[in-house]
Amino acid sequence: MLSRVAEKMYWFGRYVERAENTARIINVNTNLIMDLPRVKHIWSSLIEITGCEQEFQNRFTVVDERNVIKFLLLDDFHSIKSAVSNARENARTSREIMPTEAWEGINELHLYIKNNGEQGLKRTGRHEFLSEVLSQCHQLTGLLAGSMSDDVAYNFIKLGRHLERADMTTRITDVGCLNLLDTTRIELQDYDNILWMNVLRSLNAYQMYRQNVQDRVNGEDVVDFLLKNRKFPRAVAHCLSEAQVCCDALPNEDQTLRSITHAIRTVDTDVIRLLTEHKLHNFIDDIQLDLADIHNTIAASWFSYKINEDVLDTAN
Amino acid sequence: MDLKNYKIPPRVFDEMLTDKNRARPGLTALVNYLRKMKDADMTERSRKAEMAIRTMGITFTVYSEGENIDREWPFDIIPRAIHESEWRTIEKGLRQRLTALNLFITDIYNDEKIIKDKVVPRDLLRSSKDFRPECRGMNPLFNTWAHVCGSDLVRGSDGTMYVLEDNLRVPSGVSYMLENRNISKQILPELFERHDILPVDDYPTQLFDTLSSISPRPLDYPEVVVLTPGIYNSAYFEHSYLAQRMGAELVEGSDLVVAEDDCVYMKTVEGLSRVDVIYRRIDDLFLDPEVFNKDSTLGVPGLMRAWKKGNVALANAPGAGVADDKVVYTYVPDMIRYYLNEDPILPNVPSYMCSEPLHQKHVLQNLESLVVKPANESGGYGMYIGPRESKRRTAEMKRLIKANPRNYIAQPIIDLSTVPTYCDGAIEARHVDLRPFILSGSKSYITAGGLTRVALVRGSLVVNSSQGGGSKDTWILATPEQK
Repeated sequence: MLSRVAEKMYWFGRYVERAENTARIINVNTNLIMDLPRVKHIWSSLIEITGCEQEFQNRFTVVDERNVIKFLLLDDFHSIKSAVSNARENARTSREIMPTEAWEGINELHLYIKNNGEQGLKRTGRHEFLSEVLSQCHQLTGLLAGSMSDDVAYNFIKLGRHLERADMTTRITDVGCLNLLDTTRIELQDYDNILWMNVLRSLNAYQMYRQNVQDRVNGEDVVDFLLKNRKFPRAVAHCLSEAQVCCDALPNEDQTLRSITHAIRTVDTDVIRLLTEHKLHNFIDDIQLDLADIHNTIAASWFSYKINEDVLDTAN
Repeated sequence: MDLKNYKIPPRVFDEMLTDKNRARPGLTALVNYLRKMKDADMTERSRKAEMAIRTMGITFTVYSEGENIDREWPFDIIPRAIHESEWRTIEKGLRQRLTALNLFITDIYNDEKIIKDKVVPRDLLRSSKDFRPECRGMNPLFNTWAHVCGSDLVRGSDGTMYVLEDNLRVPSGVSYMLENRNISKQILPELFERHDILPVDDYPTQLFDTLSSISPRPLDYPEVVVLTPGIYNSAYFEHSYLAQRMGAELVEGSDLVVAEDDCVYMKTVEGLSRVDVIYRRIDDLFLDPEVFNKDSTLGVPGLMRAWKKGNVALANAPGAGVADDKVVYTYVPDMIRYYLNEDPILPNVPSYMCSEPLHQKHVLQNLESLVVKPANESGGYGMYIGPRESKRRTAEMKRLIKANPRNYIAQPIIDLSTVPTYCDGAIEARHVDLRPFILSGSKSYITAGGLTRVALVRGSLVVNSSQGGGSKDTWILATPEQK
C-alpha cells in the first residue's frame, strides 16, 4: 500500500473518532450544566480538553456557553465540523480503497453538519443534532467493521482510531480531575459525585464502570478504570493493546510496537497512590508524551521516507 | 414515443432515421421499440438512469466560479448504433492511422526522413508546442509512442466518417464509455435480447496487457501504476476508475521517487518498490521538474532520466503530442502514403492552414462560414464557429490569425450527424461525435465503438462535457436485427 494512502487512512480513523468524541463531550456537558446552573467554568474546561485555548482566545473574548459551543461545533480548529470535513477529504482522495458506502456515509455526515450545524448552537436543537452526529459516526465505524477486509488499509484506520481515542480519554480524565481536585474551586466539592459521573459519561463509561466497580463512584476508581482497564473500549490500556494488534498486522512494525509497549508500561504504573492534583497531572502528561511518540514513530515508519542505501537494499 | 414530429436539421445526416422518418436499414427493431414505448415509461427509465449515475458516483469535475464542482455525468438513454460492417472499415482506418502516426513520431525524433523528403516542412516541428527536443534519439519499445489514442470521428451530411482530430497526449473518456454500457444494460435490458451488440468491457484488461507489454523488465507481473495529477483534475474519476479496474496503484507524483540507480520507485508502507510502467495522465510539461516546468509539483524529479535510460516505460511516451497538433493533423494523409504506401481509409476533414498565404487569404475572406481552431487546445476551448460569432469576435479572429498564422487552422463547418435524443419529454435530433480508443503495444486493440458525445443544446455542435455536452451508449451491431 502507498504511504500516502496509508496516511490518509490513519487520519480518516483519527478524525471520525475525534468528531464522535467531541460530540459526546458537548452533549454530556450540556446536560450537566442543567444540574449545576451556578458552575460557570465548565465551558472553559471543554476548551482545555481540546488544547486549543490560544485559538479560542484569538477568536472570542468571553468564555460562555454560546462561544464555546460555536467553537466546538463549527469553527476551524478542533470542531466537529472541521473533523468531519477533514475525514471526508481523506476519504475522498482514497475512495478506491474504502467500501463505497463508507464514502457515502462520511459525505452524508458532512452534508448533515453543513445543513444543520446552526441548530446545534441553541440548547433546544442541540441534543437532536448531536445524537444524529453520534449515530452516524457509529454507523460508519460499524460499516467498516462489517464490510472492510482486515488488511493493511483497515488496520491503519483502526490504528488512528485507537490512538485518537486514547488521547481523548487522557484529556478528559486530566481536565475532569483537575476540576475536582482543585481545592480553590470549593463550590464543586458538594457535587463531587455528579462530576465524577460526568467524567464517566463523557467517555460513555458510566454503565460499564458500574458493572465493573461495585463501590460508590469515587475519584481513584474512576481514574483507574479510565486509564488502566483492559476491557473497556475507551480505557487507555485497552486502546493501546488494540493498537498493538493492528501493528502486528502491518509490515515494518518493529519501532511502533516498541513505542506502544513503552506507553503500556507507563500506564501500568500504580495510579491510586498518585492521586493528588499535581502528581496525577504529571502522570497524564507522561502518557500523552508517550502517545505523541507513538504517532511520530508511525509517521516515520510508514508515511515518510528518507532515501538511503538501506531502504534501497530491501527494495531490490 | 411519437416520432412523427422528429425533425432532422437541413443538410444533416441522421444516424437512425431517414428524412422520411423511416428507420435506417437494420435499425427497424430499435426504432419500433422507441415508437412503442409509452411516454411515462421513457421518463421513468430516464430517471432511473440518472439515479444509477448518482449512486454509482459517475462524475466529472468542472472548474466554475472559482471552485471545482463534481457534476453527475450527463447521459442520454437512447443508444447510437453503427453496423459492424461499417465499423470494421473504420477500425482498419484507425489502425492504419495509428501505425503511420507512431512511425512519424519515431522518424521525427530520429532520422527526420519525412522532412528530408520534403513531405512535411521543417518549420512545422520547430513551431509545434508539443515537439520535445529532449526526446531526440529515443526508440521506445515496439517504436510505439502513442499507446493510448482517442481519435474524434464525425459524420458529415453525406454519411462519410471523417477524422476530426487525434488525441495522443492524455485522451480521456473511456471510463464513461464503459459506464454508459453498464447503465444501458440496467435501463434497457430487453434491447440487449433483441440485438447482438459487441461488448466493450474488456477495455481495462486490454489496457493492462498493453501497458504490461512495454515493461522494461520481462516480468510476469510488472508493476504498472496510473499517475494522476490528483483529485482536482477534471478526469480524476477516470484515473481512479481505470486504476481500480486494472488492479494498479493510483499514484501521485509525490508517491514516486527516482533513486541513485535511475530507477523509479513508489513509496509504500513496506518500503520502496520498483515501478516498471507508468500510465501517466499528466501532461509532458509537468512530468519532470528537472527537465520541464521547474515549478511542477505534480511530476517526479528525474523521471525523464529514468525513461531515457530505459528503466521505466511511460505511456504515452513524452513528445508523442507532437502528432496531436492541429496543423500536423493536416499532414496525416500524406504520412500514411509516405510511410505505408497506402491510401488513407479514413479521410481528414478538409483543412486550411493559415500559415500558407493562399489558404490564409481564403480563410480571411470566408471566415463567417468556417470553424477556426487554435492548433494546440483541447476541450473545445478557443474555438471560433463562423456563422455564430459576433462581428466584433470575427474582427478579433482576423487580427489573431494575421498575428500568428501558425497557431490556427480553419475547416468548413461539418454539420455533425444527429441521433434521436430524449430531451424534456420529447425525442429530438441532437448532434453527435464519436471517440474510439486505440491501444498500441505488442499488439493493437480498438474499442468496439467508443464514447459518443452529444450536444444536448438544440442546434449546438459543441459536444464537450465541460460545455453542455452529454453522452450516449454506442452500439456496434453484429447482425442487422432479429427476424
